[in-house]
Amino acid sequence: MKFFIALLVMGILTQNFTLSKFLGICPFLGVSKKLNTALGMSAAVIFVMLIATAVTYPVNMLLINYDLEFLQTIVFILVIAALVQTVEIVLKKYVKSLYNSLGIYLPLITTNCAVLGVVILNIDNISIYSAYNYGFLHSMINSFAAGVGFMLAMVLFAGVRSRLETADVPRFLQGLPITLIAASIVSVSFLGFAGLVEGMGLM
Amino acid sequence: MTQIIYAVVIVAGIGLLAGLLLSVLSKLMAVKADEKAQQIEEILPGANCGACGFAGCSAYASALSQGETADTGLCAPGGNETSKKIAGIMGLASADIMPMTAVVCCKGSRDKAETKMIYSGVQSCKLASQLFGGDKSCTYGCLGLGDCARACPYDAILLCDGIAVVNPSLCKACKVCVNTCPKNLIELMPKGHLTAGVLCKNHDKGAKTKKDCAVGCIGCTKCVKACPNNAITMDNFVARVDNSLCTACGACSEVCPTKAIDLIKL
Repeated sequence: MKFFIALLVMGILTQNFTLSKFLGICPFLGVSKKLNTALGMSAAVIFVMLIATAVTYPVNMLLINYDLEFLQTIVFILVIAALVQTVEIVLKKYVKSLYNSLGIYLPLITTNCAVLGVVILNIDNISIYSAYNYGFLHSMINSFAAGVGFMLAMVLFAGVRSRLETADVPRFLQGLPITLIAASIVSVSFLGFAGLVEGMGLM
Repeated sequence: MTQIIYAVVIVAGIGLLAGLLLSVLSKLMAVKADEKAQQIEEILPGANCGACGFAGCSAYASALSQGETADTGLCAPGGNETSKKIAGIMGLASADIMPMTAVVCCKGSRDKAETKMIYSGVQSCKLASQLFGGDKSCTYGCLGLGDCARACPYDAILLCDGIAVVNPSLCKACKVCVNTCPKNLIELMPKGHLTAGVLCKNHDKGAKTKKDCAVGCIGCTKCVKACPNNAITMDNFVARVDNSLCTACGACSEVCPTKAIDLIKL
């Protein structure tokens, strides 16, 4: 139980995917302009991360069985791409408004490094945390935490950007430069969570 | 050798499975695409400016194809050509569109208009105008903080000497700036021919206008009397030109004491 909580705290705060590991920066900058689309995008990412983890876990077993671990990256990209296409088809049919507001960023989840990253890291973690019996359930929780961490970063940054809209920014910093600077400051602020897991005695 | 075969079989197998899943899903979940709407959307400029009154180009296209509107000439940026093409697809008669351009009706740059206070708040016309109507003595004038320039999807508006100026060759008359300006200073005028225009919207009485701005319309009615075609009327201390009657003779700008009325070619 302690380890579950540790995984959640790590994924959301101390090792936040976007702000500490710098994965998934493209949607982080691209879709964080409005809170609604930020939430929709994060929900889609959490969903895809969970399914991707669930599907790649047995696929990885299969690869290990035949000594083909070197194929991990290419096979996982294949699986994730198919999954994202599925999500897109379903959204287009049933949630047209979310489909429209996500626009180009939904197909971009295909090549979103956060999704591939969480899948690969889960598999690396199996060997690192083998003392904790790290397995399928842990992988799923880790993916969920990573997704929620992504959502937290997106929502926080959407708030920062809405403040930037009315700020008197010097002309040479307007637009993307000030956004990147703000992102770096938000990222630095997450360093404050370092040591939280050890401090709480979770690991 | 066997490893290579396994690798090929596994990757190909997963690919095949994924492909099958997707093709089945795309058949099951197919959303009927509207062919006419797609054709129209390809013709439309794709700027999503909203000049047509719909949420965007695709919304206008689907409204046309589903018969919600039969007006093919609503797309101002596309102009006549787009209107004709849409009419061709829909089998409708095309409406003729007069090419228009937006004009900022204020000439009161900072050297001509008086300033009543130093404004150092948020650089936005909308917010500045809520604080005593902005930092100009004239409460009708252009604040020059560039809300319209930021809103313009075509980058057609520049800020010169503290007022906004529209570049007619870039302007597509999409009306985004018209709706953005908190002072309602921007109007659409026909493009391409010489006409008299009053670039002032100050409705104050002459004496106050004269104190506030060197180029404001003081409502003296000299132009109304000078116009041989009766094209000029007074509207609450501001002269207004009826473009359909104006012959661009220039009699009005000769008598105007502040040169607020002038011949302009857009």
